[in-house]
Amino acid sequence: MKARVFVTLKPSVFDPQGNTIAQALQSLGYGSVAEVRQGKYFELDLNVSTAGEARQVASEVAERVLANPVIESFRIEDL
Amino acid sequence: MKFAIVVFPGSNCDHDTYHAVKHVLGEEAQFLWHKETSLAGADVVILPGGFSHGDYLRTGAIARFSPVMAAVTRFAAAGGPVLGICNGFQILLECGLLPGAMLRNRDLKFHCEWVGLRVERTDTPFTGLAATGQVLRLPIAHGEGNYYAPPETIAGLEEQGRVIFRYVSAAGEATDLANPNGSLENIAGICSEARNVVGLMPHPERACETAVGSSDGLVMFESVVRALADRGEFQGSERLVRHA
Repeated sequence: MKARVFVTLKPSVFDPQGNTIAQALQSLGYGSVAEVRQGKYFELDLNVSTAGEARQVASEVAERVLANPVIESFRIEDL
Repeated sequence: MKFAIVVFPGSNCDHDTYHAVKHVLGEEAQFLWHKETSLAGADVVILPGGFSHGDYLRTGAIARFSPVMAAVTRFAAAGGPVLGICNGFQILLECGLLPGAMLRNRDLKFHCEWVGLRVERTDTPFTGLAATGQVLRLPIAHGEGNYYAPPETIAGLEEQGRVIFRYVSAAGEATDLANPNGSLENIAGICSEARNVVGLMPHPERACETAVGSSDGLVMFESVVRALADRGEFQGSERLVRHA
């Protein structure tokens, strides 16, 4: 069973990397790119039998390790 | 007095810290591998700078799960003085001994330079011999030292006098120009609620001898020796006896 974890900076937190990427894209002529927020993506391969268990483990490790709750939030998707 | 210097895989200021404590300060220093589960009778614990676990995931994010950190947490809870320098500060933030988090420097550059650091409070074990408002000249070397905490946390830190150091100009002003990384309120170092855990991004251990450009960092190490001596937990070091 696999689970995907997406970790992103909270909206209130300044993202200097995303900002720089947005500026680079704009200077390449992509004027329609208004903002970029950079995040992290994790693919977990889990030895569990149900999607519910996968979600349970994924959200626990996301909360404890993969994301820093001070600056980041996360979202989980089953694969 | 015994200083334990924790060594994580990727620590690279452990030897600088050892040198400052042992050869400049004249106290006992001991390296402590991160797999240790006890602090071997240390009086002071220092988490040194570096790139523990390659800064993978986030700075300090993996190191906080090292076995030694459980012992450090117990030591801190019992009032033991703990100093986190640079990566050590980042580890203290990740493990929750200090509040907040580090973001990439606002200009995305790794800053390796001298900064002015104003001592905001002297009521911590690591600043007792400094003067309030004193400007120390210390080096920084980091890519992720942009201190962030939610507004209510920052307000709480200010209210409780837990901002210990701020980046300042040569004139001692906390200007935006003097802020090397974008830290909120020019914050360079903070302490715990009980004030015994202190973290800062600049490197006092690299500025303990005039031969390397500044000896302003030494006051932090001398302060903790005095603080413990005053608490009666230590008989007094040779160095302080010499100074007396």
